[in-house]
Amino acid sequence: MRRWDVRDVALGLAAPLLAVAFSLVIASLVLIGAGDPVLSTYSLLLDYGQRPRSLALVLNAATTYYLSALAVAIGFRMNLFNIGVDGQYRLAAMTAAWVGGAVTLPTGLHQLVIVLVAVLVGGMWAGIAGLLKATRGVSEVISTIMLNAIATGLVAFFLRKVAVPVAGSNNIGTAPIAESGRVGGLPLVPDSALEVFGFLPVAVLAGIAYWLVLGRTRFGFELRATGRSESAAVASGVDVRRMVVTTMLLSGAVAGLVGMPQLLGASYSYSLDFPAGLGFTGIAIALLGRNSPIGIAFGALLWAYLDVSSVILDIEGISREIVTIMQGSIVLSVVIAYELVRRYRLRAEQSRVGRELAQAPRAEVAA
Amino acid sequence: MLPRAGARSTQETDIATDPRSAAPSPDAVAVELTGVTKRFPGVVANRDVSLCVRTGTVHALVGENGAGKSTLMKILYGMQRPDEGTIRVAGREVRLSGPADAISAGIGMVHQHFMLADNLTVLENVVLGSEPRRGGLALDFAAARRKISEISTAYGLGVEPDRLVADLGVGERQRVEILKVLYRGARILILDEPTAVLVPHEVDELFDNLRELKAEGLTVLFISHKLDEVLSVADDVTVIRRGTTVATVDPRTTTARQLAELMVGSELPSPETRESTVTDEEVLRVEGLTVRDAAGRAVVDDASFVIRRGEVLGLAGVEGNGQAELVEALMGMRRADAGRTTLADEDVSDWSTRRRREGGLRYVPEDRHRHGLLLDAPLWENRILGHQTESSVSRGPWIDRASARADSTRIVEQYDVRTPGIDTLASALSGGNQQKFIVGRELSGDLSVLVASHPTRGVDVGAQAAIWDHIRAARRAGLAVLLVSADLDELIGLSDRICVVLRGRIVAEVDPSAVTPEQLGSAMTGAQDDARGGAA
Repeated sequence: MRRWDVRDVALGLAAPLLAVAFSLVIASLVLIGAGDPVLSTYSLLLDYGQRPRSLALVLNAATTYYLSALAVAIGFRMNLFNIGVDGQYRLAAMTAAWVGGAVTLPTGLHQLVIVLVAVLVGGMWAGIAGLLKATRGVSEVISTIMLNAIATGLVAFFLRKVAVPVAGSNNIGTAPIAESGRVGGLPLVPDSALEVFGFLPVAVLAGIAYWLVLGRTRFGFELRATGRSESAAVASGVDVRRMVVTTMLLSGAVAGLVGMPQLLGASYSYSLDFPAGLGFTGIAIALLGRNSPIGIAFGALLWAYLDVSSVILDIEGISREIVTIMQGSIVLSVVIAYELVRRYRLRAEQSRVGRELAQAPRAEVAA
Repeated sequence: MLPRAGARSTQETDIATDPRSAAPSPDAVAVELTGVTKRFPGVVANRDVSLCVRTGTVHALVGENGAGKSTLMKILYGMQRPDEGTIRVAGREVRLSGPADAISAGIGMVHQHFMLADNLTVLENVVLGSEPRRGGLALDFAAARRKISEISTAYGLGVEPDRLVADLGVGERQRVEILKVLYRGARILILDEPTAVLVPHEVDELFDNLRELKAEGLTVLFISHKLDEVLSVADDVTVIRRGTTVATVDPRTTTARQLAELMVGSELPSPETRESTVTDEEVLRVEGLTVRDAAGRAVVDDASFVIRRGEVLGLAGVEGNGQAELVEALMGMRRADAGRTTLADEDVSDWSTRRRREGGLRYVPEDRHRHGLLLDAPLWENRILGHQTESSVSRGPWIDRASARADSTRIVEQYDVRTPGIDTLASALSGGNQQKFIVGRELSGDLSVLVASHPTRGVDVGAQAAIWDHIRAARRAGLAVLLVSADLDELIGLSDRICVVLRGRIVAEVDPSAVTPEQLGSAMTGAQDDARGGAA
């Protein structure tokens, strides 16, 4: 069947590859401008990123990024811009950490409770934006941005109420989760002392579920149909308001998972230095991966690789912000490249239809 | 009923006159179009259009919805490039590649929907985009105000430059639009259905303004489908039908009936279905259906009708008389403010679109791009649209891809959809093929009522005939059809009964076998000569 057309696949890959190449050009120009060596910078990034410890770090970061990008992508598929993944995961992680630290349950159940709390809190926080949109027509972009700010305030407020000093520092955080609630690491990378987050398989499962629900179920069809054309979805019997609320709940629920690899696999408590800003990274990666579960995986790995390997630049006296420039220009150019490829494809498809029909002319229906 | 073929030959010999014979200044031609053709993928929007507009006249362009008036005007205003043909303005051939070119050639357009910023004054709106400068930077409002007052007085527009647009009525806003165009130096004005938004006394005022403009030597090209208005204001009338200009007539020697005949034509394949398949089994009953707009005005006003098994009920009316709202209310896409809808003995008034569809109600929407298709999705995914819960495409919560694909193939074959395959994006197909796919999809499965809104609008003649055949076949098989159309041939040919809707009310019911297109046209446009002559 035509679905695995070689040209189609090549076109699909063309956009991200072009974007990466373009970002390399930009980064090179910046490096030249700053008087830094271009080629040796890249080889530094390549070498350092391939060390065993770096690879483990890349997988860990990618796990988190992947979940965050999935949460954003769910909204994107319906033309909903959930900018609030950031607030959703932080509030969810803080609440889950507090609950997890306060109870002691048998292994298995303990983790389950923590994750459930995170999913519920993330979903509810996003659901507020969904309800506002469905009932009052409030743009989810505005409301989720505001909910981010409110989440920051809430987290700070509750942390003051429940936090205990973190041992050996002047940081404060929730009480550490007991051994029974932690998720052990996986020794996936040989020769690395650092283990990979035990949460990685969950991220993979989330990706499979995303693909299954969106691509294979009626709900997913209706979600995508609403994203492609709201008016057509309404005419086809989709209750768009309910769809908005459901999608936001779902997006927020996945956002709730974003903090879990770190919480259950590394820090065991939510403290002031819990990673922030992952929600925004997720937006960039969802764009880069074009909302496809596999594309997002590649995007997350690339992003994580750049992040991790940039550490070496500081040591060598090159500004590590060059990596941020690369990431920024990748996203910017990939958006443009996808649109160009999309238009090219549409035109090619139209002319192909014209050509194929002209070759096999059937008799016009008698007028 | 007039013999249609005969009627046509009479028109062409008697009515079609040389426009120059009635000209006050016979040689001055403001705009001349020769052989203009414009094709869109799969459809010819304009074919060999020729039009000659004399300077200092009001020239009306009439035709049904979808006849190609708008495309022609877009060509003249530079928004579309013609594939063939020439445009001459004041005798000089011009190439218009954008509205800016048209404006510099002295052509201005007053759109049907006003393009004014409410929170700015008239003055600010008029100068917006062509602000007069003083010393390169500062805005010279004084000069602009002077110029606006001059134009306003010269053409009797009565526009006050310092009023806020938000405070103006519809008629005044339209005059601001006209002034805006004149301010930019237009000598030829295109007015796209200017009376559609006006109440009768505003229409009179507009016509006075147009006469004023004409007296000052300006040329007005006036698009309309309201025949009585056209006859009262125009110096020449050109009729456009199915994309081409068919005649230019002198309104002083032409009646509304003759114009309606020219508009609807009669050389088309007749969609007639005379052998009756109507049963006495009621399928759809609508009682007192009322839909109000945001302002509380009833856009559908107490509509009641019944459709039986094997019956096609035609709904005739000029677009914008409530048909779209009626259809949306019927499909559950829009809340009805009053009334009861019964589908196969069940009260479905409170049912959602989904439940109505599951109950056997099917829909061929008027705007297939907005309501009928996912343009960015392959054909087989479009097979699912609107039928998500049917066993032919889904199994419980899962989409049954294999059977959706198989059924798409069936539709493509059975309905002669010209496409390389079912993985082709819907947007790559021509309009006629998209529409055939939609008709095929909606006629699939277990259905009892089809709501078909302008089912053959914008499709080629071949697809049109095919769609008519499919509707006829479904009717024979016992389907009840509500056919909304502005194509009178289609209505008369396919319907068993026709209701005429005017301003949201069903004002007449006629027997299609006893009514002529021109009688129906008159009833629809409100030109009430002998429309009731054919009433059953």
